[in-house]
Amino acid sequence: MATYTSYPPKGYRVRMSTYWWLGRWPYLKFILREISSVFVAWFVIETLLQINALIDGPEAWVEMQDFFMNPIVIGVNVISLFFVCFHAITWFNLAPKAMAVRMGGKRVPGILIAGPQYIAWAVVSAAVAWLLLRG
Amino acid sequence: MAEQIALEVTRFSPERDKEPSVQSFEVPLRKEWVVLDALNYVKDKVDGSLSFRWSCRMGVCGSCGMMVNGEPKLTCATFLTDYAPGPVRVEPLKNFPVMRDLIVEITDFLEKLSKVKPWLIRNKEKPITEGEYLQSPEQLETYRQYSMCINCLLCYAACPVYGLDPLFAGPAALALAQRYNMDSRDEGKSERLDILSQHDGIWGCTFVGDCTQVCPKHVDPAGAIQQYKLTATQEWVKSLLMPWGGK
Repeated sequence: MATYTSYPPKGYRVRMSTYWWLGRWPYLKFILREISSVFVAWFVIETLLQINALIDGPEAWVEMQDFFMNPIVIGVNVISLFFVCFHAITWFNLAPKAMAVRMGGKRVPGILIAGPQYIAWAVVSAAVAWLLLRG
Repeated sequence: MAEQIALEVTRFSPERDKEPSVQSFEVPLRKEWVVLDALNYVKDKVDGSLSFRWSCRMGVCGSCGMMVNGEPKLTCATFLTDYAPGPVRVEPLKNFPVMRDLIVEITDFLEKLSKVKPWLIRNKEKPITEGEYLQSPEQLETYRQYSMCINCLLCYAACPVYGLDPLFAGPAALALAQRYNMDSRDEGKSERLDILSQHDGIWGCTFVGDCTQVCPKHVDPAGAIQQYKLTATQEWVKSLLMPWGGK
């Protein structure tokens, strides 16, 4: 088998900057998508804290409510909601890429894979909203 | 005088320079000219020492991939007028060592490509007298997209994972492995699984997805890698549930 000679010994290599992800929208979008998992984790922690307060009784629950009324917490939660939505949307949109379903010799269009996920999301959100807002 | 556009080209001589520099050339801005035409104009009329790779001029050979205004492009398919009034910045493909001017060293890719065994593997070859390995149009359709790869390496230039970790097998090699995995005539899936499911294989990919965006042949390497992650996971679960079963 032919082997390649290693001449010239080495070319000029450009080191990637630490801020490589700032220069190009697809890179920035990727980093935001990765960071969004931190906010997802934050929502999970909040949910666990709420359950914990619920178990501890009415006083703990009121304390928890005060915590959630704090403007800083409201601000963090608004940002978190944005990132959680971004996380969900990018995830749903990537699913058809990872799943190549074939039916009748043809690849099923992406919308048929992403669509049901969006519908399920809407249904679950509507059910939760109904549970919380029915008075 | 015809309209001109500035072409800012990376120059690097391994014998002379410590690091690359930029040289600007004024080239005619013609409607039908692509960036490669402008580079050839410079080489023919202005500076014969300018070095770059090219061959077919029609998006088939995959030799003329370069960074044009920061985007990985086939210079034979990138029109100057799209960048008017300029300047047009032409650099060697990112993430590869630069050998001279716009030429990069691609041995790393060639070695990785051969590692994933991008050819038909048969357990036992049948004699020629028994005829061809037949395939239906439907079977062809399952991998045809991945077979369009021309090894132009734009996907490697777009891949930050490859830029940060040169051990990563990279988009084209993985997509081409998948091309053979999905070929009905191939029997080498299990041989490739061991190579592809290593950390530097599919699991190195973080699904940035830019490889698919820049691919001039619509190969969708990102999709191929994610699909293979699914396959590899299924195989892993199978081997867990049925450790005695063959792959």
